[in-house]
Amino acid sequence: MFECQRNEIQQEVNTIVRKYGRTRNYLLPILQELNRKFSYINNYMIEAVSNALDISPAEVHGVVTFYSFLNETPKGKYIIRLCKTISCDMAGKDRIVRVLEKELGISFGETTKDGLFSLEYTNCIGMCSEGPAMLVNEEVYSKLCPEKVVDILEFYKNGARKRA
Amino acid sequence: MKNSKKRILFGEYIVGSGLAAALKLKPKEVVNEVKKSELRGRGGAGFPTGLKWESAAVQKADQKFIICNADEGEPGTFKDRLLLMEHPGKILEGMAIAGYAIGAHHGIIYLRGEYVYLKKGIEERIDHMKATNLLGDKILGKRFNFDVEIRLGAGAYVCGEEFALIESLNGRRGEPRNKPPFPTEKGYLDKPTVVQNVETLCYVPYIIANGAEWFRTHGTMKSTGTKLFSISGDVENPGVYEVELGITVRELLEMVGAKDTKAVQVGGASGICVSEKDFDKPIAFEGLPPGGSIIVFNHSRKMLHVLENFMEFFVEESCGQCTPCREGNYRLLEGVRLLKKGDCTVAYLRDLMELARVMQISSKCGLGQMSPNPFISIIENFKDEILYS
Repeated sequence: MFECQRNEIQQEVNTIVRKYGRTRNYLLPILQELNRKFSYINNYMIEAVSNALDISPAEVHGVVTFYSFLNETPKGKYIIRLCKTISCDMAGKDRIVRVLEKELGISFGETTKDGLFSLEYTNCIGMCSEGPAMLVNEEVYSKLCPEKVVDILEFYKNGARKRA
Repeated sequence: MKNSKKRILFGEYIVGSGLAAALKLKPKEVVNEVKKSELRGRGGAGFPTGLKWESAAVQKADQKFIICNADEGEPGTFKDRLLLMEHPGKILEGMAIAGYAIGAHHGIIYLRGEYVYLKKGIEERIDHMKATNLLGDKILGKRFNFDVEIRLGAGAYVCGEEFALIESLNGRRGEPRNKPPFPTEKGYLDKPTVVQNVETLCYVPYIIANGAEWFRTHGTMKSTGTKLFSISGDVENPGVYEVELGITVRELLEMVGAKDTKAVQVGGASGICVSEKDFDKPIAFEGLPPGGSIIVFNHSRKMLHVLENFMEFFVEESCGQCTPCREGNYRLLEGVRLLKKGDCTVAYLRDLMELARVMQISSKCGLGQMSPNPFISIIENFKDEILYS
């Protein structure tokens, strides 16, 4: 890793830790902010956080690996999380899987080459009466159909300027 | 609101009336009123709310905490999302009343990461309540301070378990721990902590404003009050319904327009799957699991596919800390896949059923103890379809 990248990370960690205080109980919010900023949490960030809070890097790593919304590898700018639990499954999740994979040219678990989209499955997101449903970063979309999915993708490709 | 017969949560309420009534009482009287109402936790486990408050109230500590468990992750459940979106004021009022009752001045809403889009609305409600003196310092002119903070989860079903939730707030992996000590003795930051489900907190202002007796006129002898049901699957009108506990599966199905029903999953993935012969059983603390998640399957659905979906869920969501849950769910899922291919012998299926029962008694937390429920109930209730078709 380049020194300038290390400096950027260190600065970011300092800012975030100053905001929450150097106490263990704010470890998760600290990691969540890093994750939002860099799209993932690498070993250098883990080390910086563990130094700041004075806890073992192994402990921090353990927390990072536990939560499915904290990423260990870089992700796209927009993470699409499609619900695969039973109600959404019965409402036609498979059709949405095919549309997403075809339109983006990637499989689930992958990120597009331009770094714009990552495709992931998630468990129940509480939209069971309005399935199939998915999250794009922090937004929720329900009652999906192929046309609607394409509109949503277009919206984000155009820089998310106006609401789909 | 789908229910035509409006009951409690979906009925009339004057903002602040519960909190105002509570602050006129002594904290002990508030606890007693909740105890008398026989309100039980609406997250699924059904622990008596009043008892929980009492055990936290008697603790001597410099700090105590009220936590609202908004980590609604049970498959098929979405009632808390609706409450967080449309009734955040009742939740916050319930938290403040609980805080007054046990002597806590700080509340935390643990909001699941999947619901982050609800955060802004709740924050606005907190600000509004501070501006109208229902939260913050010297609430309604009395000597009682209470503030609320929102913390986000990060995609872990097990954090709905109260100890896993507390561990997560403490900055650790969301792993349940052995009890005792209970959270009311040693919870968040090792201080006495009361963790309540979103829906449970919503009933509290009504109970204090209208009295325990009034609350007990709803529901059955052992399951007082109403309950929100999240209904999805093969029904005409899915959604959130408020009904009295003690309702039968058949009555629920009629209410939402379910036709050609083969099976109903009662209580979410960790609940049980019933067939037609059990449709007249009541859903209550003394009956079928009252978690509130109802998923309906019609005759076109294959029960092995349903079961595979549930077992995949538990394999992914097990925290991996104890062996029965971590390995057991993996083996059960493998067994379901063998059954699907037609490669599972009856003798091996019997072994798996025994494994499932071992998991029920030897897992550390509720997740592990409940995770074999769909396996056992679907295999038992749909044996003909699974083994002989």
